[in-house]
Amino acid sequence: MGKHIKTVNTKRLSVGTKGEGCGECQTSCQSACKTSITVGNQSCAKK
Amino acid sequence: MIHRFIFDGVKIVLDVHSGAVHEVDDLAWALIEDYPRLKLPELVAKYEGRYDSGEIADALAEIERLMQEGLLYSPDPYPEGYNRTGESVLKALCLHLAHKCNLRCRYCFAGQGRFGGEDELMPASVGRAAVDFLIAGSGRRRRLEIDFFGGEPLLNFPVLNEIVDYGRSQGERAGKNLRFTLTTNALLLTEEVADYLEQNGISVILSIDGRPAVHNAMRSNSYTAVLDSIRRFLAGRKGYDYYLRGTFTRHNLDFSADVSHLADLGFERLSVEPVVASEEDDFALQLKDIPVVLDEYERLTRELLQRARNGRPVDFYHFKVDLSGGPCLARRLSGCGAGHEYLAVAPDGALYPCHQFVGRKDYRMGDVTSGDFNRELMGLFRRAHLYNKEQCPGCWAKFYCSGGCHANAQAFNGTIFQPYELGCVLTRKRLECALYLKVQEAVPAV
Repeated sequence: MGKHIKTVNTKRLSVGTKGEGCGECQTSCQSACKTSITVGNQSCAKK
Repeated sequence: MIHRFIFDGVKIVLDVHSGAVHEVDDLAWALIEDYPRLKLPELVAKYEGRYDSGEIADALAEIERLMQEGLLYSPDPYPEGYNRTGESVLKALCLHLAHKCNLRCRYCFAGQGRFGGEDELMPASVGRAAVDFLIAGSGRRRRLEIDFFGGEPLLNFPVLNEIVDYGRSQGERAGKNLRFTLTTNALLLTEEVADYLEQNGISVILSIDGRPAVHNAMRSNSYTAVLDSIRRFLAGRKGYDYYLRGTFTRHNLDFSADVSHLADLGFERLSVEPVVASEEDDFALQLKDIPVVLDEYERLTRELLQRARNGRPVDFYHFKVDLSGGPCLARRLSGCGAGHEYLAVAPDGALYPCHQFVGRKDYRMGDVTSGDFNRELMGLFRRAHLYNKEQCPGCWAKFYCSGGCHANAQAFNGTIFQPYELGCVLTRKRLECALYLKVQEAVPAV
C-alpha cells in the first residue's frame, strides 16, 4: 500500500482470462430491468 | 486507459484494462492525469511549486511500480479488436410461463403481461421441449439456468412444477445442474407455493416498488396485499436467494426514498431499477431527467454507506461489484449473452433473443417444439460484443457493462450495435457509486 496511492484490489482482468472462458458463471441482464436471472450474480464460478 | 472521479472528496482511479481500483491523494490524482502526456522533468517542474520534491518523487515511484505490476495504464487486451472463436453454447432460458397477469401495471414492458398478444399459458409440453432444447444446446457446460417469467408465472404453477421435475430428471441424466429462478408479483405466494419453492431451492424475485403511493400508482393499488404476501413468504424462507425488486420511473425520481422505505421495513436484499418504456409514455425516463437521476444515485450511495456503518447493511443489487472474484474477461466481453447463450421462450414455444425481445416479430429466432433455430440471427448477436460497437471500446465502463442491453439498443436506435445512451450514462454512474462503496469498505471511516 503506497503513501499516495492505496490500491483497493489487485485483480488483473487481462491475465489468464483471454479466450472464451468456461461459461459456467450465471447469466446477467444488461438492461438493468431484470434481477431474476442474476441472483447472486456475476461471480466467477471457478472461484 | 484510466478513469478518475471524485465522490464526496474521495479521489478514485480505475485502471480500465486491469480492473485495478486505487484511492489516491491530491498529488497522485494530478500526476496520474498528466503522466501519460508529460515527460518526467515537465511533470516535476509543473508540480514542484505546490508539492515537496521528495513527495513528488515518491508518488512517481508508486505510479511506476503500479505500471510494472500491470495495475495502471495497462494496455487494451484487444487493441486490434476481438473476434470470437468457438461455437455458442446455451446456458440459460427465460420461460414465459404466462402471457397473462393478475395485475395491470402501467409501466409493464410486456403490455400488461401479454407481450402484444392474447392471454396465453405455456403448456407443459412446450416447457419440456424447452428443457430438452436447453440441454441439447448446452455443449459441455454443466450449470444451466431456467428463469420463470411472465406475465405472472404463478398463474401457471402446475406447469412450473412439471418443468422443474422434468428439468431435474433430464439434467441428472445429461450430467447438468439446472438452477431455477422465479420472478413474481407475490400475490399468489400461498403457503403451498412457498413450501414448494423452499423445498426446491428456487430463487425468488419479488416485485414491489417502494413507498405505498409510488407502488400503488403503477401496480394496481396492490401495495398492502403485496407487502403482506412478501412478509409471510420471507418469514418461512430459510436461506435461499431472494431479492425485492422495484422499478423507478420519472414519477419517482427520488427513488432512494423507495429503497429506504423497503430497507426500513427490514428487507435487506433490494433492487430498484430504471423503467423500460417507450419515449411517449408519461413515466418514461427522459434525457433531461439524467442529472436528477445521477444525483439520486449519489444520495442512495450515501444512504447505503450510512446504513452499513450503522451495522444495518443493505445489499443493493445494482451497486454490487466484485473486484476480487468477478467475471473473467471473456465473460465481460460477452455480456448477457442474449440471442446466443441466453434465450427467451414464449408460451407457444417461440424463441427470442431475450425476454424484452419477445413479441418483436423480426427477432423471432425459432421454436423449441420444432427445433427450428435461426443460427444466422444467433451469429449476429454473438458478434454484437463491445469491441464491435463504435462507442464502447473507448468507454471506461466497458468491462462492467459489456456493451449494454441489446433490446434497449434495438428499441431506441434500431440496431443492436449502437448502445442506448441513457442506459450508458446510468450504468457509468452506478459503477462509480459501486466503486466508491468498495473503496469505503476497504478504508473504513474514522
